[in-house]
Amino acid sequence: MNCSHEAVELMHKYLDHDLTKEEEGRLRVHLEDCEACQKHFHELERTIKLVQNTEQITAPADFKKSVMQKLPAEKKNVKYLRWFKAHPVLTSAVIFVIFMFSGMFSSWNQSGELVVSKQENLEIQGDTVIVPEGVTVEGDLLVKNGDLRIDGTVDGDVRLVNGDLIKDDTIEGSGLMASAGEVNGDLQQVDQVFEWLWFHMKDLIKSIFSLGHIQLTGT
Amino acid sequence: MDLITREKIKQVKRGDQSAFEDIVSFYQNKIYQHCYRMLGNRHEAEDIGQETFIRAYVNIHSFDDKRKFSTWLYRIATNLTIDRIRKRKPDYYLDAEIRGTDGLDMYSQLATDHRLPEEEVQGMELQDYINQQISGLPPKYRSVIILRYLEEFSLQEISDILDIPLGTVKTRIHRGREALRKKLRHV
Ligand SMILES: [Zn+2]
Repeated sequence: MNCSHEAVELMHKYLDHDLTKEEEGRLRVHLEDCEACQKHFHELERTIKLVQNTEQITAPADFKKSVMQKLPAEKKNVKYLRWFKAHPVLTSAVIFVIFMFSGMFSSWNQSGELVVSKQENLEIQGDTVIVPEGVTVEGDLLVKNGDLRIDGTVDGDVRLVNGDLIKDDTIEGSGLMASAGEVNGDLQQVDQVFEWLWFHMKDLIKSIFSLGHIQLTGT
Repeated sequence: MDLITREKIKQVKRGDQSAFEDIVSFYQNKIYQHCYRMLGNRHEAEDIGQETFIRAYVNIHSFDDKRKFSTWLYRIATNLTIDRIRKRKPDYYLDAEIRGTDGLDMYSQLATDHRLPEEEVQGMELQDYINQQISGLPPKYRSVIILRYLEEFSLQEISDILDIPLGTVKTRIHRGREALRKKLRHV
């Protein structure tokens, strides 16, 4: 076997765990006879050990801080979402302020006219919305800036904004049931501007949090 | 790649910087050390090590989740160190120690080229001498030796990191070992 080429080549293959059984046998036989190659082989193994034994080096103490300071600014929506999750109460306050300055009050002031979410089969007399007897409203009903009289049935939630529920037979008067009709859901009555705001903020906060949820756990 | 890193990278891809901070914590010593071995001095290692993480953050969307994150990160680091070595001015070594934090006097390194290794090793700590010999290898041998014996990557992983064929990795590691053997056999 040629020492400087073949034997040394096999040594490196050995160090890379690349030797076939046959090559390993040939290298072993050669090493038994050749002192020069034995020496070469030991030097290689020792070189690897010396390199592996050099001490570990650790990054300077402020390394991470410097990296984080140099990163480009984070996308705003992520920053806000994380902040919202960490500060739910402040979030409500922030949203309130945003609404105050983004024309929510003006929309409140302008929309003084009667608004009804479902027109079908409902009677409207002046500012009063009537669910006639025998009529069933499927789903939620919203009445804004007007009163509501329920003679029929509402199969859902009722939201009354800035209006009253008219009770025909106040003589028997016992709350909701006093009305001839029936509400198969919650009745929410919102009379004041702040309650109305709060009512919308809850919706908005819910939608922000569910949006955040989708973004943070989705694919 | 472990699950925690995988999850952190998902968060970083969505733009969450605080998740990236955890990645920096986990890899900073490895990457800094790699840069230090490649570049041979702390000042440049810090500079290039930080640049590695910044590049990783900016380009996180080009990282394929099916691959190993450490391989991808080391690839960025290795490419940046090799770029830096190429851009060095010829008198770089003389400047380095004037800024120096290394304890290795580069003037004497130049001077010692004419001395025998035995004399040279007596003049400094063995550790420093070995570090210096690793740093003195040509970059293409240096990178494979460091990745194999200091970072303990497999030859296939080194092939992925350096984006060169496995056969080329083997050739370079053979030559790197031979070059180091000649430098270290007297110590
Ligand atoms: Zn021989």
